[in-house]
Amino acid sequence: MTCNMKTRGYAKHYYLMLLPGFIWLTLFSIVPMFGIVIAFQDFNPGLGMLRSEWIGLENFKYMFTLNDSKSIFFNTIFIAVMKIVANLIVPLVFALLLNELRISVLKRWIQTIVYLPHFLSWVILSGILLDIFSFNGPINAVLSMFGVSPTLFFARADLFPFIIVGSDVWKEFGFNTIIYLAALTGINPSLYEAAAIDGASRLQRLRSITLPGIMTTIILLSVLSLGNVLNAGFEQIFNLYNPLVYSTGDIIDTWVYRTGLLNLQYGLATAMGLLKSVISFVLIAASYFLAAKFANYRIF
Amino acid sequence: MVLEKTFGSKLFDVLLVVFLGGTALLCVLPLWYTLSVSLSENAAASAGRVGLWPVGFNLSAYQEIMGDSKFFNSFWISIQRVALGASLNFVIILLLGYPLSKNAAVLPFRNVFMWILVFTMLFNGGLIPWYQTIKSLGLINNIWALVLGHSVPVFSVILVINYFRNLPKELEEAALVDGAGPWQMLINIFMPVAVPVLATVTLFSIVYHWNEFFNGLVLMSNADMYPLQTYIQQLVVIIDAQTMTAEQIQKMSELSNQTLNAAKIFIAMMPVLVIYPFLQRFFISGITLGSVKE
Repeated sequence: MTCNMKTRGYAKHYYLMLLPGFIWLTLFSIVPMFGIVIAFQDFNPGLGMLRSEWIGLENFKYMFTLNDSKSIFFNTIFIAVMKIVANLIVPLVFALLLNELRISVLKRWIQTIVYLPHFLSWVILSGILLDIFSFNGPINAVLSMFGVSPTLFFARADLFPFIIVGSDVWKEFGFNTIIYLAALTGINPSLYEAAAIDGASRLQRLRSITLPGIMTTIILLSVLSLGNVLNAGFEQIFNLYNPLVYSTGDIIDTWVYRTGLLNLQYGLATAMGLLKSVISFVLIAASYFLAAKFANYRIF
Repeated sequence: MVLEKTFGSKLFDVLLVVFLGGTALLCVLPLWYTLSVSLSENAAASAGRVGLWPVGFNLSAYQEIMGDSKFFNSFWISIQRVALGASLNFVIILLLGYPLSKNAAVLPFRNVFMWILVFTMLFNGGLIPWYQTIKSLGLINNIWALVLGHSVPVFSVILVINYFRNLPKELEEAALVDGAGPWQMLINIFMPVAVPVLATVTLFSIVYHWNEFFNGLVLMSNADMYPLQTYIQQLVVIIDAQTMTAEQIQKMSELSNQTLNAAKIFIAMMPVLVIYPFLQRFFISGITLGSVKE
């Protein structure tokens, strides 16, 4: 309390410190939020937001008459939900297996290697993936050894969502193990020793010590991932898709980009983007609320 | 730890090493393959004869890049962007993180600022309003659009806030006794203590600015202003062609210079590979320290 008394006069300096950051935030985050009025306008960039004609909900009505919108919503949710599930389970299994490894040098090396792809951009990784999955590429070469005839993977709409989910798991699973591994180190080692003395097998220890020990973390991560139901991964899909796979691979974000910035239908694209932002915001707020209530989680 | 000596348990250990080692290998093989293609003859690469070892080893792709002014131009833009972006982020994150780590008694309206900050992280106006805003600020084709475009890295600010909040109260009290003002306190006392978390968020900034391509694509209408990732994206990725058939796409990928593209991709990921050991050392401790709350 004495500390608070002495630093009370510091407030104006603190506000001064906050000033540049909040100016930046205002210009590039808050001002664009007002731009959502474009969704209710027949926006003409020449006239600007203030003078363009207001058309109410016309953009939204038109949006729902499009065949595209049903399929992009389906594709977005389908890919995003598969990613959420896979990105919860694969890192968990990998972390549990890594936890069983007793050679600590090897463990550290494996961790270092599997974290790496997370830090490479989707531009780089897409360049590599397009090459590896090409007609003459190594994947087809390996498959042909098993008698599978080569295929053009990135022209196959039926395979596209699964290649997207698979490559996303490949990029992120290592990094996603970090939180599980941190939770695993929090388990009291004497529990394992006691269990071993009692003759518990590895599987029994996993079931009665390890899993209960990290259950809070698993639940927390599951709840927080709720906010990603409409995030199918723009950067990845944008760099890997092509018109042949639009039927299964076109998502809200890629559609907004093409509609708004390539076809210049500003109002329509903003309407779709706004719908996505609002739904996502509600989902994230709900997930934070649940996480705070049941796992005592606070972001700050 | 008590070790079992049953046969089943030993077998499990062996299989575990094989499986985990194999998975780790799977994470680097694609990168290794790209290096191998970049060092091969182009004919062998497009015929798909290159595996994990170069066929017809040569450095001609790298020699060709050395004389490619467009590549170096983009490389230089990326370097400038990283330098400006990472320094600006560092200053802003520190200046936001420190005061916001104080409680509301010392900093009135602290929670209002926090909610605004978190709100901008969770909600955005979407692509078109954001693009129109930057356009009306006159930043199209300006490197500052790349530096400022994505606004404040709120997640990093929160990591720093939480780090400061977990420091012992005695630190500030001792400095107050010595008569330190708010700015001396921040620069001489708190900044040096926060090196681990500041290094973490700075490395995140560096990786973000190096890897980001989309702002380069939409905010730079002049290809001479493309940062390296946007330049590579334009080269490698199948450009939008509504009418293209599967055969045409295949033909295009055969015609493209695979070894040259592989070499460009490899050079573009080099900076990340170089800073990765440092990154590795910091990010785990940075993340876990910053996310633990009292």
